[in-house]
Amino acid sequence: MKDIQKILEERILVLDGAMGTMLQRHKFTEEDFRGERFKDWPVPVQGNNDLLSITQPEAIKEVHRLYFKAGADIVETNTFSGTTIAMADYEMEELVYELNYQSAKIAKEVADEFTKEEPHKPRFVAGSIGPTNRTASMSPDVNDPGFRAVTFDELRIAYKQQVEGLLDGGADILLVETVFDTLNAKAALFAIEEVKDERNIEVPIMVSGTITDASGRTLSGQTAEAFLISVSHIPMLTVGFNCALGANQLTPHLEVLAQKTNFGVSAHPNAGLPNAFGEYDESPEQMAAQIKEYMDKNLVNIIGGCCGTTPEHIKAIADLAKNYTPRTIGAVV
Amino acid sequence: MSKQEKRKYLKLSGLEPMIVSADTNFINVGERTNVAGSRKFLRLVKEEKFDEALDIARHQVEGGAQVIDINMDDGLIDGKEAMIRFLNLIMAEPDIARVPIMIDSSKWEIIEAGLQVVQGKCVVNSISLKEGEEEFIAHAKAVKRYGAAVIVMAFDEVGQADNYERRLEISKRSYDILVNQVKFPPEDIIFDLNIFPVATGMDEHRRNAIDFIEATRWVRENLAHCSVSGGVSNVSFSFRGNNTVREAMHSVFLYHAIKAGMNMGIVNPAMLEIYDDIPKDLLEYVEDVILNRRDDATERLLDFAETVVGTSKEKTVDLSWRLEPLQDRITRALVKGIDQYIVEDVEEARQNADKPIEVIEGNLMTGMNVVGDLFGSGKMFLPQVVKSARVMKRAVAHLLPYIEEEKKKNPTSSNGQENAGKVLMATVKGDVHDIGKNIVSVVLGCNNYEIVDMGVMVPPEKIIQTAIDEQVDIIGLSGLITPSLDEMVYLAKEMERKNFNIPLLIGGATTSKAHTAVKIDPQYKNAVVHVNDASRAVTVVGDLLNKRSNQKYVGDLKEDYEKFREGFLKRTKQKEYLSIHDARKNKYSIDWQTSEIVAPNELGIKTIEDQNLQALEPYIDWTPFFRSWDLHGKYPAILTDEIVGEQATSLFNDAQELLQKVFDEKLLGAKAVYGIFKANSINDDDIDISSEEGDVTFRTLRQQLKKHAQKPNFALSDFIAPKESGIQDYMGCFCVTTGFGTKELATAFEADHDDYNSIMIKALADRLAEAFAEYLHQKVRKKDWGYADNEVLSNEELIKEAYKGIRPAPGYPACPDHLEKITIWELLKVKERIGVELTESLAMWPAASVSGYYFANPEARYFGLGKIKEDQVKDFAVRKNIDFEYAKKWLNPNLIE
Repeated sequence: MKDIQKILEERILVLDGAMGTMLQRHKFTEEDFRGERFKDWPVPVQGNNDLLSITQPEAIKEVHRLYFKAGADIVETNTFSGTTIAMADYEMEELVYELNYQSAKIAKEVADEFTKEEPHKPRFVAGSIGPTNRTASMSPDVNDPGFRAVTFDELRIAYKQQVEGLLDGGADILLVETVFDTLNAKAALFAIEEVKDERNIEVPIMVSGTITDASGRTLSGQTAEAFLISVSHIPMLTVGFNCALGANQLTPHLEVLAQKTNFGVSAHPNAGLPNAFGEYDESPEQMAAQIKEYMDKNLVNIIGGCCGTTPEHIKAIADLAKNYTPRTIGAVV
Repeated sequence: MSKQEKRKYLKLSGLEPMIVSADTNFINVGERTNVAGSRKFLRLVKEEKFDEALDIARHQVEGGAQVIDINMDDGLIDGKEAMIRFLNLIMAEPDIARVPIMIDSSKWEIIEAGLQVVQGKCVVNSISLKEGEEEFIAHAKAVKRYGAAVIVMAFDEVGQADNYERRLEISKRSYDILVNQVKFPPEDIIFDLNIFPVATGMDEHRRNAIDFIEATRWVRENLAHCSVSGGVSNVSFSFRGNNTVREAMHSVFLYHAIKAGMNMGIVNPAMLEIYDDIPKDLLEYVEDVILNRRDDATERLLDFAETVVGTSKEKTVDLSWRLEPLQDRITRALVKGIDQYIVEDVEEARQNADKPIEVIEGNLMTGMNVVGDLFGSGKMFLPQVVKSARVMKRAVAHLLPYIEEEKKKNPTSSNGQENAGKVLMATVKGDVHDIGKNIVSVVLGCNNYEIVDMGVMVPPEKIIQTAIDEQVDIIGLSGLITPSLDEMVYLAKEMERKNFNIPLLIGGATTSKAHTAVKIDPQYKNAVVHVNDASRAVTVVGDLLNKRSNQKYVGDLKEDYEKFREGFLKRTKQKEYLSIHDARKNKYSIDWQTSEIVAPNELGIKTIEDQNLQALEPYIDWTPFFRSWDLHGKYPAILTDEIVGEQATSLFNDAQELLQKVFDEKLLGAKAVYGIFKANSINDDDIDISSEEGDVTFRTLRQQLKKHAQKPNFALSDFIAPKESGIQDYMGCFCVTTGFGTKELATAFEADHDDYNSIMIKALADRLAEAFAEYLHQKVRKKDWGYADNEVLSNEELIKEAYKGIRPAPGYPACPDHLEKITIWELLKVKERIGVELTESLAMWPAASVSGYYFANPEARYFGLGKIKEDQVKDFAVRKNIDFEYAKKWLNPNLIE
């Protein structure tokens, strides 16, 4: 299979869209989430989407399939919360390796089906590494700003376990995403470097931050450029932004990255901002029209969707991306 | 360095980027947060006075430090613990954390602990070959993995580089190992080439400065991309106590070192003279020493130094804001999160105030509102708001004893204090986001509310139980993810089911006023308030718990949300809609065989040329009048309302005065035209009118929203007997005005600079027009049509529309289509008869006019059309024989997007 770094210089690669949005359509019940294996699990598990890779693997595979069909080159594993830290809510810390392994494995199976069919367009699996639900550089207790609910080492160990599961399951890329606290991401990157060292391997890494609001900063307060500088010590396939904002609102921050980095640039925005009911209602056409601006401005190398995006959105984006050449990597002074 | 190779720049980051490029001036590293460099800092850390220690860091940044060096190496403190604690605290101070951190220690474990708590790209100070290559490499690899730049000391196994050659040797060796073996990015290497004192009297020190400068030049020219740094104050060590000379020495040294390529350094800005301002003679002596230009340089400088009177200048942070007015200072302290002076400022405010509580309600809330506005508009971000809250807390803490005292002195006085209550705060089940909730908690806490914080992922039953057990006064729910919205709805239902009677606050990123109004508010009888920022939370909670006025406030809130809900539902697209065909099948059916239809006493058109205005006075609905002046409440209760009563009464008196003048001097002209006609509905939605002056057809619009079982899809035509029933039915139309003369009066008031009465006359004319419509409708019911000749209703009952029949007006909910006004004008010849005209947007002129239909059927009722589909617009255009696009333009506000 052709090296993804090479392919990235030839064309804009398309990442998949939302997993959660697709799974919501199934309206899985607590029983569906549990399946046979976890029917006696002591705590409720409904909402633990990562668990569905084990209990409803066909549903997950179908989502991957739909995205590949829509034109995605890369799908993300269903492992956004696949760390001991995030799984603690469900008391499923012990299952973390298996969750990541299985998720990567089933995604890879689907990717291989498609690559076999269309060898000219190889499909890849990105192991999704979410931010966890704790922040390493902010205090959850405003009366004690020096307090931290999680340490760098705790994050590093948790991420390492996730990374090992993802790689063993067959992930081609590691995607550290929805970074709202850069220190969490740095712990993930540290863990990845450790695994690379121990196994003596190279793995393409994507890092994707999240600008949370009108201040134009991450939740932990960094500007786009400060974020870029803080993660650039690790060789990345791409650095980018996802979630929280729609494509339009993301543009100025992507421009910063595109101007300042010699790595590839990725974006997977939401389908607009959520409406009053928390739903994302930007249509594929509306979203693609905004993403066209990225292409016209030559901002991105990998493009996909986050919350609220569907295979229809990805198809619209993929159809658009075909007509454009990717942003030149390594041209920044 | 090869000329072709692009220069790579050192890039660092705190919350903001810092790039050391060729264009960047010298980077000034602050070192007052170094226990070895500042005795005061050491003492504060030892005594664990971290707040004051943070002030030192803040002063450095405010004073211009672009990087701050933090060092906790002291035998008497736990360096690792102190480093973590202090860096964590700095991260919560955006004013400080915006700059990159230099983590300074001779102990690797302290450096590593520091690297693990800072998100930005730091500088490690320092590593060296002192303990050999192995350790050097290991540390360099770790620094690289943590993503930091590094200061490399010119130090090796043999010792510290103290001459030109040794500096070159060690830096070259270090550089090669780092770049070639460790693959350390060369731009992230900063050499500290050791600044040693000159003018010590020892010959071997004479070249200390010049060797550093020359080595700097060599390093910058030969070791590509790296930087050079150093601690400048060392150079003048031998002149301790003579700041004039020291400052000159620092300036001269820097002047030459920077020219040679030193681009970073630790300098105390207060200990720096401007190079050009150094007196000529002093400059010459100092340069002789620094550049080692004369054998007797040291002696000459020493001699000269004794003649110099040390006049050290104070260079401190800009404190000019301290001279501003008190409120500005308090606001600034809150916005900037500076709590240093807040107690003295608040004390000053307290002495100016009648009661201490006024300082909170006035001065402090004014500042917090600015914070809220800045936060809301994205000009402040979360940590700053939390800081503001802390300043608030300190201010309130200072005031509390006085407030308590005031309470003792005057136990019956109603100050805000006794209103403070207990607030339960929780992030709902399934959601872990609590930053916003915490901020609200803190801000409320500062305002003296007791907070019961239940944390995150709190199941509804727990919230309910805790609210009961703790007897809280308010429940605040927060959530960021979308399913939390449903949780909030569920909790509101539970509160209703358990018969709660306390307000519910809703907040969090995905919440909105729309969702709160549409989905949550209807579930619960007491107030449900969407609060989108912490600053507003204080006023909202204050209003909700203010025993003097909260009933009215809650009433207004419910009313506000209901209106908002109505407005929102009209344009929501969440609903399902029927085709016009299916909507007609679900029309409202009156049993025409048994329905009461009264033949009018008089058919045809009538005109009232000069209505007596005074006769309309009893029909005036005053509540909307007060609302137009932003006074909310029902008339007449509003006149005695505790809060706005005085204002309302005064306004009402002024209105009465002007109204009397209008009556006495006949300042407004009131006219009406109306008529009752034979009518039958045809083809479901149209109404045929036959008049002696010509027949017309009214086109009505039908609701298309898919209704719940049994509920019909209304159109006004449903209230008129269809032609095929064979029953003769009737319908009326009217236009009234009291607006003639309004414009002239208003213009006259304006010319007299009396905007108050200019607005007043317009508001009164509007009220009179509505009163006229009411008056005329009653006359029609009792006399002209005569179907209700026994009707006896009070004005209040009239306002509540307790009578039989309806009076819908084109442009209003039942018939939002303004186009039918044209038909009314055609039928009644309105313009010709009373002079009321339609503007091109079909507004009536004079503005104080009302037009509409009369439906007399007892089953006729008001309804809102809601959204309609394009198929009805098409159908409407065909029926009305107008262009589809034209029809669409007029009906657009009601069209589903």
